[in-house]
Amino acid sequence: MFAYLVKRVFQAIAVMFVISLIGFAIQDNLGDPLRELVGQSVSEEVRQELRDERGLNDSFMTQYLRFAGNARRGDLGTSYFFKEPALDVILKKLPATMELVLGATIIIIGLSIPVGVYTAIYPNTIISRLIMGISIIGISIPVFLTAILMIYVFSVEYGWFPSYGRGDVVHVFGYWETNFATVDGWMHILLPSIALASIMLPLFVRLIRAEMMEVLQSEYVKYAKAKGIRPWRIYFVHALKNTLLPVITVGGVQIGTMVADTILTETVFQWPGMGFMFLEAVNRVDTPLIVAYLIVVGFIFVVTNTIVDLIYGLVNPTVNLARMGA
Amino acid sequence: MSLLSVRDLSVKFAMRDTTVTALDQISFDLAKGERLGIVGESGAGKSITGFALMNLLSRPGFVDKGKIMFQGDDIVQMPEARMRNIRGNQMAMIFQDPMVTLNPVLTIGQQMVETLQAHRKLSKAEAEQIAIVKLREVYIPSPEERLKQYPHELSGGMRQRIIIAIALLLDPQLIIADEPTTALDVTIQADIMELLLELCQSNKVGLILITHDLGVVSQMTERTLVMYAGRIIEAGRTREIINDPQHPYTQGLINALPQQTKPGQRLKQIPGNMPSLTAIPAGCPFSPRCEFVKPHCLTEAPKTVQYAHVEVACHEVNRLHSSTDSITQSDKAEEIQA
Repeated sequence: MFAYLVKRVFQAIAVMFVISLIGFAIQDNLGDPLRELVGQSVSEEVRQELRDERGLNDSFMTQYLRFAGNARRGDLGTSYFFKEPALDVILKKLPATMELVLGATIIIIGLSIPVGVYTAIYPNTIISRLIMGISIIGISIPVFLTAILMIYVFSVEYGWFPSYGRGDVVHVFGYWETNFATVDGWMHILLPSIALASIMLPLFVRLIRAEMMEVLQSEYVKYAKAKGIRPWRIYFVHALKNTLLPVITVGGVQIGTMVADTILTETVFQWPGMGFMFLEAVNRVDTPLIVAYLIVVGFIFVVTNTIVDLIYGLVNPTVNLARMGA
Repeated sequence: MSLLSVRDLSVKFAMRDTTVTALDQISFDLAKGERLGIVGESGAGKSITGFALMNLLSRPGFVDKGKIMFQGDDIVQMPEARMRNIRGNQMAMIFQDPMVTLNPVLTIGQQMVETLQAHRKLSKAEAEQIAIVKLREVYIPSPEERLKQYPHELSGGMRQRIIIAIALLLDPQLIIADEPTTALDVTIQADIMELLLELCQSNKVGLILITHDLGVVSQMTERTLVMYAGRIIEAGRTREIINDPQHPYTQGLINALPQQTKPGQRLKQIPGNMPSLTAIPAGCPFSPRCEFVKPHCLTEAPKTVQYAHVEVACHEVNRLHSSTDSITQSDKAEEIQA
């Protein structure tokens, strides 16, 4: 187990190295940072001086090593716009995004398992056919369209839910403020969570259904029936556990993807999270902030995948984590 | 009264625009504690018979006609809740491949305890005690530790022993074993069969052994059914069927055994293949492969008749018998068993 953990941590470091390299290469090719810093009225000599001062004329490798060295100490550069360390800017926005992802994840897990199982057990009922039809529509409609549609219907037409912002948040610790402590907070997070879940939810319903239908055809399910086991036990103990094994793996990747997907949802709902911040940073050509965002999202991706792999090893008895470290 | 009595059982499969007959009016009986073999080629309907007896035909298969009387009740008409109480309890099944029969994510203990708890009010500890006793009966070493293990930690032979132990958990009246050793190593096959025979005899459990191996049938069973294209074409005491088969198909099967051929000779095959269920020939289904075929074999389905100790479905059974030399076949049972 410990050896496996060490191996996974080394893999994660390798992935982070590649991400930082790509992130830095983007920064290096995203135009002249001096233009953003000093504007157009400064003479070319002063510009050259400033470039030398900031090491912008050094070779790519020298610049990267300096960047990586700083990054290792938690310094991802200073945002041009906010004039603060980029990491601090992101960490202030992180809780809002993570709560949004959490809300969407709860919706996805809470609905996809029962719905997926139901449509697998009764594939031919009208309800199942309806669900499968709707799921195709859900996958096909882009998130921003779903979001705008929901704002139009539920905020503008009916006025049930607020259309933007986080509403009343309660401070928990550090930068963390939560939506889940007040009614107003819940009202604000509901629509964005549903919008964010709208692509992944149908995907997971279909995935769980397909896996479950395959498992229900297996010999061990037939054998459980031949032993006289009750149907609910066959479905939820024998079949569901085997169904969820591949779903866990896919789920880990998708949580990371969802963090990146928040860009669209947050923009439409003016949600003050990392995604919204990223889009603003792009508009302002705030290169250090863009690169810092890429690296933080990459880090979240790597961490969730590592955790999911560990969980998979604990759930699946045929995976021996102790032996996999060797 | 017989334990099991099957009458005119027909099983069909609903295809897109037609139905295919997989079992065509088969009838047989099984006395309490009797061991019956069902032999035939792949696709003859042996496994379907087994699953029909458990009322576990998976779609698109369904029982079209007929009765399956088990201890006086018709399984075909039985409500699912009562049927579930019979499955695993009074009628247990042993599947073909032990590598895929046990659930990979549940421990042996969980899979044994749930079977007991599905039919009897027992605590987990009580159920585990029964499980340990049964594991000892099938010669599983240190059964207490096995309960905590997962299937992948055990060998194929060990798993099939555990499946036999699960079959015996609730002291059933009947065990249906569907090719229980085909997926196993040759060296383990004999052990498993011997164990199954010993346990059926000592517990007075009825056995239906589905196999394509005539040698196994001659060792294990008292009576045998020979199936071909969804029909029973010959039935009788195993000894008589092996020693003095009446149907040309059964004769072909026995002559094809390696023991019937001298070293260096080619094995005697039955020419052709069994017909697909979608294209069973009219008349006698075996007629295209039969060396004794007569014109009426191609048009009229043969009736089952009693002939020389066995029941056989063949028009030409009289003529056949006069042409076969029954004296040379008298020692075949011993030969095949060896």
